Amino acid sequence: MGITIQQLSVFLENREGRLDEVLAVLASNDVNIVALSLADTSDYGMLRMIVSDPNKGRAVLKENGITAMLTDVVALRVPHATGSLSKAMHQIVEGEVNIEYMYAFANGDDASAVLKTDDPARVVDILRGSGFDVWEAAEAYVSNVKI
Amino acid sequence: MAAVTLENWVERIRDPKIECMSADEMAALQSKRLVDVVNRVYNNVDFYHKKMKDLGVEPGDIKGIEDINKLPFTTKEDLRDNYPFGLLAIPKKDVVRVQGTSGTTGKLTLASYSQKDVDVWGECVARCLTMAGLTEEDIIHVCYGYGLFTGGMGLDYGAKALGATAIPMSAGNTKRQMMCMEDFGATAFACTPSYALHLAESLEEAGVVDRLKLKAGIHGAEPWTVEMRKKIESILNINCFDIYGLCEISGPGVAQDCIHHAGLHINVDYFYPEVLNPATHEACADGETGELVFTTLAKEAMPLLRYRTKDLTSIDHSMCACGRTTPRISKFTGRTDDMKVIRGVNVFPTQVETALLSIGGAVAPHYLMIVDREDNLDVLTVMVEVDESMFSDEIRKLDALKNKISGVLKQALGVSARVKLVEPKTIQRSEGKAVRVIDKRNL
Repeated sequence: MGITIQQLSVFLENREGRLDEVLAVLASNDVNIVALSLADTSDYGMLRMIVSDPNKGRAVLKENGITAMLTDVVALRVPHATGSLSKAMHQIVEGEVNIEYMYAFANGDDASAVLKTDDPARVVDILRGSGFDVWEAAEAYVSNVKI
Repeated sequence: MAAVTLENWVERIRDPKIECMSADEMAALQSKRLVDVVNRVYNNVDFYHKKMKDLGVEPGDIKGIEDINKLPFTTKEDLRDNYPFGLLAIPKKDVVRVQGTSGTTGKLTLASYSQKDVDVWGECVARCLTMAGLTEEDIIHVCYGYGLFTGGMGLDYGAKALGATAIPMSAGNTKRQMMCMEDFGATAFACTPSYALHLAESLEEAGVVDRLKLKAGIHGAEPWTVEMRKKIESILNINCFDIYGLCEISGPGVAQDCIHHAGLHINVDYFYPEVLNPATHEACADGETGELVFTTLAKEAMPLLRYRTKDLTSIDHSMCACGRTTPRISKFTGRTDDMKVIRGVNVFPTQVETALLSIGGAVAPHYLMIVDREDNLDVLTVMVEVDESMFSDEIRKLDALKNKISGVLKQALGVSARVKLVEPKTIQRSEGKAVRVIDKRNL
């Protein structure tokens, strides 16, 4: 398993019930959503998710005529301590990597932040080099799931 | 799969005597037929008898094809006023078939055919199929609708006249179309260009293109661009041809382009074309755009004099590289009906199609134009499908794409357009004629 994880990104038209349809497709195919972020513009929305099985998620959405793609992102573990996200961000900026977007999710005792950058592998190196931990795919896809 | 390049193309001409006839001989044939048809409508159709009387024209005044401009025009409204059988020039019992077109407003337009009319129609389509390189060996998958719409029956009659095998699929059910196309080994298919593209994309997606035996596509019934033809040709690795016709005149087979794609050869021994300035009704010179007007020279059941098609085109009488002498009309820029005047600028849907295809692969040519009026100002919105190849998880990139499309449209149309990105396959695919424009202004 790689050190970057795959995010399922979905293009959503702004129309009634569309988000519901997407979630229903994933639910009925046993694809669990670990984390999500929904960005909206005047015309359309962008749904970004970490799911239990990104390839399956994309395939079932495609079968239902929904455009989705997989994107490499980094899931950073952020300890619940004031200033820890700031410190991580500072290291990334120092390393001259550009962050496109970011969203957070709770994760047991920790918080996590999903980062989309222009160089995910480098971000992982920077973070690990400065004492931060990142989720491996196998862990991220099942996080918060009680087995 | 076998597209043929121009240098390897073997031109076949079904009726060289007619299709390669000298201008003088053709004029003599057309003159003889025009005199005959004018006599028939004057004596048998009240509508034309009255129209000619009103203009002070007697059948004797029409001595040859050069006198055609003395004759009255016929419009779609005239057909509606005489719906359904008011323009018959033969006894009703001799009508063997009717075909129609669904007008977007009001009643449909109905055309009647005698047995000879049906035979001529089939012959004209057979000439077109031959022009597309097809012979009696070929298997033609017809996915135009069968019914009142002339597409399905027209291609069927043409395949029959040619002696080829017709597969009467009719429109719809893309999955079944794909299965039959593969199983029966179709070597050609016929449908509207928008459906052809949809089918081509579906075949590509299913990964079956390599298993097909297709070599030609025959597409018409709606205006389409050269870029769209090339797109269908490249997906399926075939040669595509633009067939033209209208039910009032006969149906598909009135004209079609040859492998040189230098305009559509008209079957002028049966359909006499004029290209006229829509305002002054003066004849346009070769190369000048005007409204296409047809006179049916041999039709028995419902002959029409100078029928105004509302299709805009130009004509070229020079000899074509394929060897045919029949004049060619340019690919259609649109119909006078489809043209929208947006903030004083004439806009045709085909211009939008060309602009979208010019962006190069990233944008599917499936679009819908919506014209509306906000605060007394015309607003054009173009809905464009975001397919997988152009999708990004970054809003910044999607916005950049939107702006790029907007810029290209503004340059191509001369008016600014709002671009709205929509999900793939949400713009309706037509199985008949594609709806490209919705005008919400109540003009």
